[in-house]
Amino acid sequence: MIWASISFSATAAWFRDSTHWHGTNGVPHRLVEHIWLCGLSLAVAVAIALPVGIVLGHIRRGGTLAQNVANVGRAVPSLAILIIAVPIVGIGSHPAEIALVALALPPLLTNTYVGMVGVDEDVRDAARGVGMTAWQTASRVELPMALPLILAGVRTAAFQVVATATLAAVVASGGLGRYIVDGLAVRDDTQVVCGSLLVLGLALMVELSIAGLQRWLVPAPLRAPNRPNTDEQLEESLDAIQLDPAA
Amino acid sequence: MLPSPPSRNYRFAVPVASTQPWVNWTWVHNHYGLIRHDVWEHLLLTVLAVAIGLGITMVLAAAARAWHPLQGPLLGACGALYAVPSLALFALLVPITGFTTTTAEIGLVGYTLLILLRNLLTGLDAVPEEVRDAARGLGFSRRRMLTHVEFPLALPALFAGIRVATVTTIGLVTVTALIGQGGVGSLLYDGFERDFRTEELLGAVLAVALALSAAILLVGIEKLVTPWSARRAT
Repeated sequence: MIWASISFSATAAWFRDSTHWHGTNGVPHRLVEHIWLCGLSLAVAVAIALPVGIVLGHIRRGGTLAQNVANVGRAVPSLAILIIAVPIVGIGSHPAEIALVALALPPLLTNTYVGMVGVDEDVRDAARGVGMTAWQTASRVELPMALPLILAGVRTAAFQVVATATLAAVVASGGLGRYIVDGLAVRDDTQVVCGSLLVLGLALMVELSIAGLQRWLVPAPLRAPNRPNTDEQLEESLDAIQLDPAA
Repeated sequence: MLPSPPSRNYRFAVPVASTQPWVNWTWVHNHYGLIRHDVWEHLLLTVLAVAIGLGITMVLAAAARAWHPLQGPLLGACGALYAVPSLALFALLVPITGFTTTTAEIGLVGYTLLILLRNLLTGLDAVPEEVRDAARGLGFSRRRMLTHVEFPLALPALFAGIRVATVTTIGLVTVTALIGQGGVGSLLYDGFERDFRTEELLGAVLAVALALSAAILLVGIEKLVTPWSARRAT
């Protein structure tokens, strides 16, 4: 084992060095690049997956499709999509955007579908009895009840996107992954460690802010997750809110 | 442990970037040995990571069941490890253990640990209280109850975890190619660096194929080993 050239003081010195906080390769610029990339991809993925999931969930069709999308999506390594996109769209942030949207779609679609389908049949019946149209049922009754799972899906997707955007640096995109990839290339261990710490910090902050969003949007009675009672519920709970490591 | 890699001297000139076809079958035919070596290495890394992760999970789960306050912090620690993006984790380990298989394995085992541990603990928690009560009534001690009653009932959850962990690890081994480890990701990354589409495509297709076949195989094994569990919808 090679014991490190990293030391606490070297890492602290890197952060104290003001040249690392200015310019194109400075932390603020890289941070903004990273957040912009992630935000754009997540917004596109939400715009695609949420309507599809809501519609499919409401009409109770396409269940196997929605669940298989998650399984297939998990199977495809994001690095593969990232690199295959390069001969098609070139290097830079475009292959990264495509790969991140493809990465964020499965958890969003699956969780939206499972959330919508999980609404009790009696509630839907009551809504129909009160005279709600399909659109009103979906938007005013089912959607709020599906919100916990949908937000869990958004949280998973956001977390995965933020973490995978570090890989985007491999295809010459910007973002905080730049420090890691460049550091590995020139064997600058301090840069690598500092880059990793920055990515970790950002991932945690995003996770916390979406947890806060969840707390804000989901009404209190729906907040506490139910303990699974049956085998099916157990499998569903293990399926829907899967957290995958950021690959 | 691993077979020695075949030489990477390419006998045929690589076509110019924009005019190359997506698949150069001659190249594939000539480098079959290399491809087979990479697939084998990939599978080996995956199996090793999941096996070690499984072993550690069993020990940790037994400890968590024996001493209940351990469960929360344990899941929290694994969850914290999860928050670290894979490239960042491998990159953090490189200055310590170098560009070796150990680095890759440490990272991979860490990731499998959370999936397996969380699934096993969820499964053990989901055992109905009546079953535990009946077991206690029959005279099972805590330890025997864990191994003979709770664990078999938690098996479906554990197998689901093994399936997810294996598929995820196969994806993560692709990323280890960025720190010099092999597997199918090295085909992918090498093709990317040399702008060689055949190799890139081969790497990507093989990665997906490995993950999907592992998923299908493990679902089959899951059904075989736990015939009493509810049929999966997928």
